[in-house]
Amino acid sequence: MLKSNKPRGRRSAGRFHRIVWAILIIYLVLPLVATLLYALAGNWQTTILPESWTLKWFQDLLHDSRFTEAFVRSIVVCGISLIVSTAVMVPTVIIVVLEFPKWEKVLNMLALIPYAVPGVVAAVGLIRLYSSGPLAISGTIWLLCGAYFVVVLPFMYQGIRNSLRSVNAVMLQDAAMLLGAGRWQAFRYVLLPNVMPGLTVSLLLSFAVLFGEFVLANLLVGGQYETIQIYLYRRQGESGHLSSAVSITYFVLVAIISGVMLRLGKRVLNAPSPADDDKPATGNKKGRGASPGTAAPGITLQGGQES
Amino acid sequence: MSQPLTLAKKPARRFRFKPVALALIPFAALIVAFEVLPLIYLVMTSLLSDDETHYTLAQYATALTSPYYLKAITNSVTISLGSSVIGLVVSLFAAYSLTKLSGAARERLLTISNMSSNFAGVPLAFAYIILLGNNGIFTILLDSWGLDAFSPDLYSWTGLMLVYVYFQIPLATLLLYPVYFGISEQWKEAAALLGAGSFAFWRKIGLPVILPGLAGTFIILFANSMGAYATAYALVGGNFNLLAIRIGSLVAGDVVTKPQLGSALAVLLGLMMMAALAVNARLMRGLRKEQTNG
Repeated sequence: MLKSNKPRGRRSAGRFHRIVWAILIIYLVLPLVATLLYALAGNWQTTILPESWTLKWFQDLLHDSRFTEAFVRSIVVCGISLIVSTAVMVPTVIIVVLEFPKWEKVLNMLALIPYAVPGVVAAVGLIRLYSSGPLAISGTIWLLCGAYFVVVLPFMYQGIRNSLRSVNAVMLQDAAMLLGAGRWQAFRYVLLPNVMPGLTVSLLLSFAVLFGEFVLANLLVGGQYETIQIYLYRRQGESGHLSSAVSITYFVLVAIISGVMLRLGKRVLNAPSPADDDKPATGNKKGRGASPGTAAPGITLQGGQES
Repeated sequence: MSQPLTLAKKPARRFRFKPVALALIPFAALIVAFEVLPLIYLVMTSLLSDDETHYTLAQYATALTSPYYLKAITNSVTISLGSSVIGLVVSLFAAYSLTKLSGAARERLLTISNMSSNFAGVPLAFAYIILLGNNGIFTILLDSWGLDAFSPDLYSWTGLMLVYVYFQIPLATLLLYPVYFGISEQWKEAAALLGAGSFAFWRKIGLPVILPGLAGTFIILFANSMGAYATAYALVGGNFNLLAIRIGSLVAGDVVTKPQLGSALAVLLGLMMMAALAVNARLMRGLRKEQTNG
């Protein structure tokens, strides 16, 4: 279909591609629109569109202390995980890249494991290890935070490492120390600021992933600690309208985060390539190098959400 | 597996930066506690007998011979293969069309794909219930047209497939889009000058160039749906006989738990994922090498 359309000239080909995407967008947006309709519907039983409209469900949501609590719990568990992850990963990656480059392979492998271990598999090992014995933290938020540290490990590692690579951290540190900075000063005033953009993108991505995480939360702490996803799952059976309103709230929040993330990510990735235009060959290569990078959040975002 | 354990010790012997290596201890501790040890425990549990008195391969034997669990594995593989193929074919066109659109439109569409790839798991299952559930919009619509025979049953395998395809398409598009940049417009012109039609170009040049990227994308889609749990769980609870669902209920189920068998199934799932991702890594390495050479 595609090919037979090509010779007919640019305009009709362009129209074909636009139609492909118009259909695709309808398909992708449809479930969201349905959820939105349900969240705004007053009475909706056997008709195609709601019989009446209301904002009641969103109001109910604001007054539902269970929702607010679940929301706060999600923020708390994501917050702890991300603070710990930042505090641990930034020095670790910087030290390994600068001082022990040979170990980068080990670090890389450790950061790849979470991709190969779906949430349900990770949960089995964690439950076995922590349900009895000296470290019986099963069912507590600490186990979930530990599990989440591993979930976000790939994003944190890649974000920080890519930032270090794009500024050539080794040379930067050498230059700083040549100018009389100590190791700590070089870390604090030269390397850390350069890691910030990549770190910000990683953090936003990690937050979006953790906020939507269901499997680990359900299997590890399930009953004891109701996060937003677990709340959503439980409410689904009770009140469809209310859980639609939760879905929409949740999605708007994640959409804002990923919007900011994409914008920031673009700036981070595009900034250091001013010479792209005059050299198509390298420009192309750079484009390729950068694109899998921007696509990676897609993979991992999905992976994190689903598994 | 023992590598991370030596992480903090190694430098003492080989390097002189002892104090700096100390800063790696928190990382090593967290990794050991939450990544490495759980995996070791998982494997060890899978090798235990039901009463945990001795080591045996019985759990694997059960997992691979019991018709019930075998069915769970084949079900997972079937739905993953199916949804990956459909997702790949759709996104093959979608990603190509994307490269033909103007820059601004492209950015906007990529943003939409990225955002809808966030829409997965519990909220997605719920949205599909609103669309296609017993009182769903489309169910009622088709009913009112007298076409209720065509309305898909969301709580069947067809329904599950529909939902899986939904989360595969945006992911596949995001992954395939950069792959098309491997084909330059000049090749098409050169091929056309030499007399190749559009079909011949894609068959002889275009497809071979994007093939490793296609295969890699397919593998990621496959792995993604093999590990998927939330969508199916939110749709029908533990009722679908899928590998991930079985593992979950064997380990943290409401009725009976059999962590040993659950662990064996989890190890099998993990091995499948690792094999898939290893093949993908190899394909990608080949692709990168080709690109830097060419």
